[in-house]
Amino acid sequence: MSGWEAVIGIETHVELQTESKMFCGCPVRFGAEPNTTVCPVCLGLPGALPVPNEEAIERILRIGAAFECTLVEGSLFHRKNYFYPDLPKNYQITQYDLPFCIDGHLDIEADGEEVRVGITRVHMEEDTGKSIHGSETGRIHDAEYSLLDFNRSGVPLVEIVSEPDIRTPEQARAYAAELQRVVRSLGVSDARLEEGSVRFDANISVRRAGDDFGTRAEVKNMNSLRSLQRAIAYEIDRQIALIESGSEVVQETRHWDEGSGKTSSMRSKEESEDYRYFQEPDLVPLHVDQTWRDRVFAGLPELPAVRRHRIAATGVDRQAAAVMVEAGDLADLFDEAVSLGSEARTVGNWLSGDVVAYLRRNETTLADTHLQAEHLQELAVMVGEGALSSTAAKDVLARVLAGEGSPRAIAEQHDLLQISDTGALEAEVEAVLADNPDVLAKLQSGDLKPIGFLVGQVMRATGGKADPKVVSELIRNKATAG
Amino acid sequence: MSDLADLTVSEAASSIRRGEATSLEITNAVIARAGVTESHLHAYLTFDQDAARAAAQAADAALAAGDDGGLFHGIPIALKDNMTTRGTETTAGSKILSGYVPPYNATVVRRLQDRHAVILGKTNLDEFAMGSSTENSAYGPTRNPWDTDRVPGGSSGGSAAAVAVGSALAALGSDTGGSIRQPASLCGIVGVKPTYGLVSRYGLIAFASSLDQIGPFARTVGDTAALLEVIVGHDIHDATSYRGDVPPISTALETGVAGMRIGVVKELSGEGIDDEVAAACRAMYEKLAAAGAEVTEVSLPASETALSAYYLIAPAEASANLARFDGVRYGLRVDGDTTEEMMARTRAEGFGPEVARRILLGTYALSAGYYDAFYGQAQKVRTLVRRDFAAAYEKVDVLVSPTSPTTAFPIGERTADPLSMYYADVCTIASNLAGDPSGSIPIALDSAALPIGFQIMAPALHEEQLFRVAAEVERLAEFRQRPELATSEVRPA
Repeated sequence: MSGWEAVIGIETHVELQTESKMFCGCPVRFGAEPNTTVCPVCLGLPGALPVPNEEAIERILRIGAAFECTLVEGSLFHRKNYFYPDLPKNYQITQYDLPFCIDGHLDIEADGEEVRVGITRVHMEEDTGKSIHGSETGRIHDAEYSLLDFNRSGVPLVEIVSEPDIRTPEQARAYAAELQRVVRSLGVSDARLEEGSVRFDANISVRRAGDDFGTRAEVKNMNSLRSLQRAIAYEIDRQIALIESGSEVVQETRHWDEGSGKTSSMRSKEESEDYRYFQEPDLVPLHVDQTWRDRVFAGLPELPAVRRHRIAATGVDRQAAAVMVEAGDLADLFDEAVSLGSEARTVGNWLSGDVVAYLRRNETTLADTHLQAEHLQELAVMVGEGALSSTAAKDVLARVLAGEGSPRAIAEQHDLLQISDTGALEAEVEAVLADNPDVLAKLQSGDLKPIGFLVGQVMRATGGKADPKVVSELIRNKATAG
Repeated sequence: MSDLADLTVSEAASSIRRGEATSLEITNAVIARAGVTESHLHAYLTFDQDAARAAAQAADAALAAGDDGGLFHGIPIALKDNMTTRGTETTAGSKILSGYVPPYNATVVRRLQDRHAVILGKTNLDEFAMGSSTENSAYGPTRNPWDTDRVPGGSSGGSAAAVAVGSALAALGSDTGGSIRQPASLCGIVGVKPTYGLVSRYGLIAFASSLDQIGPFARTVGDTAALLEVIVGHDIHDATSYRGDVPPISTALETGVAGMRIGVVKELSGEGIDDEVAAACRAMYEKLAAAGAEVTEVSLPASETALSAYYLIAPAEASANLARFDGVRYGLRVDGDTTEEMMARTRAEGFGPEVARRILLGTYALSAGYYDAFYGQAQKVRTLVRRDFAAAYEKVDVLVSPTSPTTAFPIGERTADPLSMYYADVCTIASNLAGDPSGSIPIALDSAALPIGFQIMAPALHEEQLFRVAAEVERLAEFRQRPELATSEVRPA
């Protein structure tokens, strides 16, 4: 694609896991029996009226604040009018020209560079119900019957619209992943693609470098971060090929098919659809005053990017920091262990390496293991004292995770403690040197290479329990003294 | 008074407490009256005698047990059929809701039931409250009790006719552009549209959400104020409902108008107003002045464009409010080969011509490229109307005018000409745009023995002033006539 540049913007929908729905008191519950969490309001019965959920508004403000948006003082709800069977009022209550949050950004890292992606707006709307079409394709057009489930109707939905600042599929993926991390860190939604609590739609166009924006297509139905990346890559190639063959890109909505790895047209000429937005007369303007805005900003947790930087600054490998922050609970445990005085780098490597591998191998979660910050601290101290080799430490850690007890008790029980007492090792070193006079001669002549061999001999003689550092030091001393 | 159906609410309440009559006896008298008048008027769409009798008996028992719900305890009243009633069909006068039985009660219904009021049934209306004559009902028109060849006004024509004739002692209606006041005027009773937000709209089938307001009908000013007091108050189910303390309502009925500043709306006193109506109102202005009020003429320039603005704003909101009637979940469904076809056929068959006209008008007014010229412009006019009122209320305490430019017109006269029908609301619409309270009080009969109504408008939340003047107008007018249908022994037709 030399000479070509892709321009990508992403619209993200996040379902908020509030106690109740956006405009009524029905519970928000995933997986309930169809049409059991409904009432006159979310069914759109005649005469029913919406009443905004303040908890949901608090949450969208937190999301906006996390993106350093301006929180709008006099936000309004509008009606978006279109007919669809799973939209019970045949209009959706959403926001139009005065959303709750505007002009923010999200910093991401992709392809080894930092990119700032602008956030145009973060607005609130109500989710629709779900149609289940009785047809082979699962689409409405050839369905014999359709069933409707309104449990999801009225669930608070936050739409986050990015600026078209994304240039590559990798950046798009990084943006989506970082957005998920931010949302999760705020505790407003678990933002899971598989359960539909987060959905990403991508607006994609291509242009020759320096040209104006090309015609864009919107791609939907990406069920994983990987498919988001693949779909965008496919769409970029498709559009370039189209233009290079003398055709034009049509403005339309396209459907990503994971199986075939292709996008196909869903509906075209979307711009001609007229939603006849007007201010929702059943609701009054919302006044988000300075006090409220200040409180939201002050109440934000440490965001993932900040946390990664902070942890990396303690000497932990950047990748290890990222792994821990991604998981959240690992970073929490890390922070706790470090606050107890543990050596950051060691603990970071254990958590991001050994612990992650253990969890994956055993298909479990950190919370289900017995690992505590005190254990990590004890383990780090033992390694620092030379009481435990780093290899033995990994063994001990696995046993702590499995719930066998504290590191010291485990090490003692399994005879894993290291001999680092000089006196105790001196005799072993003498014996090895006596058995290898030619090697000793080499050392004495200034060739230090065979030292590793001698250390290995001592390790063998001690059943692997000698502290190799201490042994090496002893041999060195003997050689130079001799 | 020989017939209990002719008692005012306060008379009936006194009778009940003095042991002269029970709620059941009064309810039976009203049921008997309806048995005579309904075949002439068709005020009701649903009339549930058994439920009413059971409620009356329950009210009598509660009172005997010391549980007194106040003035409306045991009083038989009627509800406009656009207020949802749990277990009772609610159609809004539309075929599209034929057979629809709501699973919940409107807040006003709950408040009435909490006070042990007896609900007789659901009254006829123009379909979805769109109209000024009740001729737009899918279930046939209601007739005016003063002259059954004429309309009762609308859209709350059924409620107004029922109260006028005694087939209810009081009733609730809804008013989006005059739908309480104009039928009150044409039927010779009192009707009040309260301040927007004072009465919960939860359970009121929406026509135009920013204008709709539920309000009371009764035969006297005092009863009307008392009924309003039962239904007002903040409701957590209505985000537009007023959150402050309920303002005083019936506290100044006996105060009189001495020293009050009353403004006669210049734009509503000359052209377009029937001579007899104008003359009756002028006579009342003089009487009010004689009673000690300072009566001056006040101009509301924007009121002349208010009607046009209203007929953009109300249909625009209605086009969205009525979108939910699609055959998918309740009410009428006309099958089609596709979902879209089913929806389209259901709506084509379910909505009457006036409703269809307003949905189309509103859809157009909100469409891309037209929004600014129509809906946007109408909202600006609405702001101007509010400013006009605010300026006027710097100078006067209340504004007065005729309620309707004419008395009741013949059935069929205006159905072919929507604009002439829209003009019936010319005096009432501005109050809805402003969100202010406004009421109609009968003051006289014209030469054809048809009632003339007098409109009083007050600033938002100043119901007390409105009722203070209304009570004085009621005393000065000495309007005690009743339609012949209520007083003669008319046999079922």
